[in-house]
Amino acid sequence: MKNKYSIFSLIKNAFSGHENWQRAWRDPAPKKEYDAIIIGGGGHGLATAYYLAKKHNMTNIAVVEKGWIGGGNTGRNTTIIRSNYLWDASAGLYDHALKIWEGLSQELNYNVMFSQRGVMNLAHNLQDVRDLKRRTHANRLNGIDAVWLNTEQVKKFCPIINTSPKIRYPVLGGTLQKRAGTARHDAVAWGYARGADEMGVDIIQNCEVKGIKRNGDTVEGIETTKGFIKTNKIGVVAAGHSSVIANMAGIRLPLESKPLQALVSEPVKPIIDTVVMSNAVHAYISQSDKGELVIGAGTDSYVSYTQKGSHNIVEETLRAILELYPIFSRMKMLRQWGGIVDICPDASPIISKTQVKGLYFNCGWGTGGFKATPGSGDLFAHTIANDEPHKLNAAFNLNRFVSGDLVDEHGAAAVAH
Amino acid sequence: MFIINCPYCGERDQTEFSCGGEAHIERPKQPTELSDDQWAEYLFMRKNIKGIQFERWNHIHGCRKWFNVVRDTSNDKIHAVYKMGERPPVK
Repeated sequence: MKNKYSIFSLIKNAFSGHENWQRAWRDPAPKKEYDAIIIGGGGHGLATAYYLAKKHNMTNIAVVEKGWIGGGNTGRNTTIIRSNYLWDASAGLYDHALKIWEGLSQELNYNVMFSQRGVMNLAHNLQDVRDLKRRTHANRLNGIDAVWLNTEQVKKFCPIINTSPKIRYPVLGGTLQKRAGTARHDAVAWGYARGADEMGVDIIQNCEVKGIKRNGDTVEGIETTKGFIKTNKIGVVAAGHSSVIANMAGIRLPLESKPLQALVSEPVKPIIDTVVMSNAVHAYISQSDKGELVIGAGTDSYVSYTQKGSHNIVEETLRAILELYPIFSRMKMLRQWGGIVDICPDASPIISKTQVKGLYFNCGWGTGGFKATPGSGDLFAHTIANDEPHKLNAAFNLNRFVSGDLVDEHGAAAVAH
Repeated sequence: MFIINCPYCGERDQTEFSCGGEAHIERPKQPTELSDDQWAEYLFMRKNIKGIQFERWNHIHGCRKWFNVVRDTSNDKIHAVYKMGERPPVK
């Protein structure tokens, strides 16, 4: 049984110099066989394991991770959480996640620092205005909070934005989702890992999957750098490397993996207390609790697994940031990095069974998977445990690329794709 | 970010080019005969290889011609460039 984190445990451990905290999760060797194995120890994978154990009583399961947990895209995103998507299917999916976020720190007894500071999406031309207004109406019909702000209201909500009509892409207004915000991404992985571990889930780090063993149309186990592990249910949550795993299993996916970049500045005093995204000029910005400006850039246009990204992409984003926020002109950028995102043709995720029995994929989150972490884990766990999708992820099946029933969120979601 | 050796213009920065994705995906000869599965395969399914990939590029800010590139997607190193219609080099 794990010790509960509280103000009392904090005081108690302060007396021993914080040297006697209990391990947050074990470091077990893999067993010979599990009821299910999750490939990928990021936020989505750990959340899947957590909900499999918690809601479906599947505790004889393992999460295998080739590096360390949360070391992939979970620790590389810009931590933005929102649910203001246009289409009903997406709205249902992302708002399901947002509702879980609202109680997540309490549920996990782990502070994920979820901060509902609001997300504002700016409009810079007439078509943006029309699209964003349409989206606020669609959101409200789906019970998602959304309001339209005119230019003065944008300026009032975030005074450092340059709302002069003379800039190249003037701010003509924007939408605001107040329930949206940010969370501490590492804490999400660690909180789910601790919760899953407590229920008996084995989290096996530094264990790379080398092959998927199939017997005809069913799976039998995985070959790893720590040996063969038997199982008849495999949930793959490998983000940018989903196609690599799919290739091992002998199935095809409609994905392309591309580097997506982000960068942070030197820390400064509080200057921006919300998240501002701009689709048209491709710039989004927020400020971390440490005081760094967190800036999201775009993807490279070609397939690459390098986790770097091109300089010109950063340049374009910073150009847009400076136009909108001239106050940042002398800020220094401290760090830049890339994560490999798996992009679907319709810019919506896949949470689905496959043609192979016992093989499930949760992938294709593209540039915006972090926000969905809790909902994605919950729905993928449901899909694996019942061998049937939940009604909220039924539309996100792999078969939609055959039937043509796509969930086309490209551009239509207030998202900087 | 890397340098691409355009077969028509020579070495130029990658930002002058536009990537057209996986190469050698053949357009169906009899589109009306195709099943939904075959259409999905042609339109959406991609190898998305981590390693040596054959892909199409267009020198969009130069000669605007299409050509093929053999690139290792794990380190962005280019191994070969060849014109449209030419046989791909053997691995």
